[in-house]
Amino acid sequence: MSVSVQGRAAKRAKSVALWLATFLLMLVMCVPGLWVVLSAFRPNREILAKPPVWIPDELSLINFRKIFSFGTEAPGIPVGSYFANSMIIALTSTIIALIIGMAGGYAFARYRFRFKGGVFLGLMLFRAVPGIALSLPVFMMWSRLGLVDTKLGLIIVYVSLNVPFTIWLIDGFFRQIPQSLSEAAQVDGCTRWQAFWKIEFPLAKSGIAAAGVFAFLTSWNEFALASQLTRSTDSKTLPVGLLDFTAQFTIDWAGMCAMAVIIIIPALILTFIVQKHLIAGLTFGGVKG
Amino acid sequence: MADITLEKVVKTYGALGVVHGIDLTIAHQEFVVLVGPSGCGKSTTLRMIAGLEDITAGLIKIGGTVVNDLPPRKRNISMVFQNYALYPHMNVRDNLGFGLKIAGQSPAEITKRVDEAAEILGLTPLLHRTPAELSGGQRQRVAMGRAIVRNPDAFLFDEPLSNLDAKLRGQMRAEIKKLHQKVKTTVVYVTHDQVEAMTLADRIVVMRDGHIEQVGTPMEVFNHPVSTFVATFIGSPPMNLLPGTVKSGVVVLADGSSIPVPARAVAVEGQAVLLGIRPDDISPIGHGLSQDGPGAELDLTIELAEPLGMESLIYTRIAGQEVQAKLFGPRIVQPGEQLRFRLALDRAHLFDAATGATLGAL
Repeated sequence: MSVSVQGRAAKRAKSVALWLATFLLMLVMCVPGLWVVLSAFRPNREILAKPPVWIPDELSLINFRKIFSFGTEAPGIPVGSYFANSMIIALTSTIIALIIGMAGGYAFARYRFRFKGGVFLGLMLFRAVPGIALSLPVFMMWSRLGLVDTKLGLIIVYVSLNVPFTIWLIDGFFRQIPQSLSEAAQVDGCTRWQAFWKIEFPLAKSGIAAAGVFAFLTSWNEFALASQLTRSTDSKTLPVGLLDFTAQFTIDWAGMCAMAVIIIIPALILTFIVQKHLIAGLTFGGVKG
Repeated sequence: MADITLEKVVKTYGALGVVHGIDLTIAHQEFVVLVGPSGCGKSTTLRMIAGLEDITAGLIKIGGTVVNDLPPRKRNISMVFQNYALYPHMNVRDNLGFGLKIAGQSPAEITKRVDEAAEILGLTPLLHRTPAELSGGQRQRVAMGRAIVRNPDAFLFDEPLSNLDAKLRGQMRAEIKKLHQKVKTTVVYVTHDQVEAMTLADRIVVMRDGHIEQVGTPMEVFNHPVSTFVATFIGSPPMNLLPGTVKSGVVVLADGSSIPVPARAVAVEGQAVLLGIRPDDISPIGHGLSQDGPGAELDLTIELAEPLGMESLIYTRIAGQEVQAKLFGPRIVQPGEQLRFRLALDRAHLFDAATGATLGAL
């Protein structure tokens, strides 16, 4: 009797300790984000106060009004343009990367061709090269081609960054779908194209959605290359735009945090929308039978 | 009319030959089973008929039309796959109706024909379920339903029962047989299980290493195997093969004992042969299938007996070689017991030891 009570107490202590450890870990991870979000809603002096003010006195939307130039105070930062640039660049590059990823992933999963292994390895190795290492050559080429400070220039860069990943992820998904399904559809009267769109595509949807989210987030959040290849409101994206808040001697932390929140929100919304697919997508590969 | 003809059909993958020029004619409404061990080319042959594999050389005709270059959808065949290949994202009704929908049938027509097929196969209560919610046998039935609903010229079955447990396999085997009696259609059925081949087929095609070894009705193939390969592949337990030499009308075995040459065999004096005799034809005297006709009697020691109820499978040795024999009747025997056995030679065979080919009239 006493043994079992002791055992239960030990179990309970262990579970409490685990929860506590999880909580601490989550705290470490979440506090910076929380701080950014809190700071977006309060004035600069409170952000910079020493000792730090954890519980804000008042929350206001003044920072957001300022960066969007509502009211009288005009900060001179074209957040709207940056947002539009980011959206256009991220969406376009994601769509292109998905189309190439689907075609490539399907080819790697279903067809045998020469140098298949080598090409696949090459794609994966390309992922291993840090993007910033390529920034100078890319900048030189882009400047010759007139692509610096254009949306197209960034879209091409992001597509090439994302394609290896989308191919790899989508390839894994098509591999999970037995080839006999497509064959059954063809015997049932489909062309190969119909068999793909009616049978294989719907089954790989989760993976394609997951690949799309990752590609979008990569493009949406990318800073290093964008900061090299963009100059003006024609092409600057939100992460690059964040730099506008730093002047030679001052940093507008409040404005920067407000803009950071604006950057985070679409990513969060997107992740929530496809959450179900994303989880299915990321675990699917693990259950290969 | 949907007869299927294969003329000198060859399939190679690069340098690797899989099917080496087979000729086969399958009559309208005939149930033909392609049987053989793994890698004999039977599935490849079926997939070539379906149009899922290209043909390297030769001709395939369905209903008189050469279909070599037609895609699967234009061959008006349907196929049941080993893993059933049901569409996981559709319920049973949509799985059954998919082919009709692609063919552009009206929704009313689709509903009517799906309901009919579901009725035939007892799937009506399951129409709203997805494949994941079905048992193995039910999935198998849906796969068959998907095949019959389109009313094709021929059904192709690719080892459809190999994923089922033994009991269910027996049930589904009977259902396939019944289905064929109801829906008279040409069937080509691939299996490695000789029991399925024997029970289902109008004609069996035994394949080996990309060649057709023998074609015939189940009883022809069972009673008159053309080679040791067919003899040991068809029938369970397999036929015993005793090596020996022909000398003046008898087969002299390794230990010097002799057994008369079976009546229908024709062998040259001094030829090295294999005497083939099925376990059913080696029985203790008084416990055999037949008591008369040509035979030989031997005293044999029982090494192992497996009682199966009304019969027992007996392991013993003839001239040093292990053979299987059968005891008919509910008699219990013990290992070590010595009994007088009778070998019924009217159904025995003689094969050439070198080539494995049968000797004498088929």
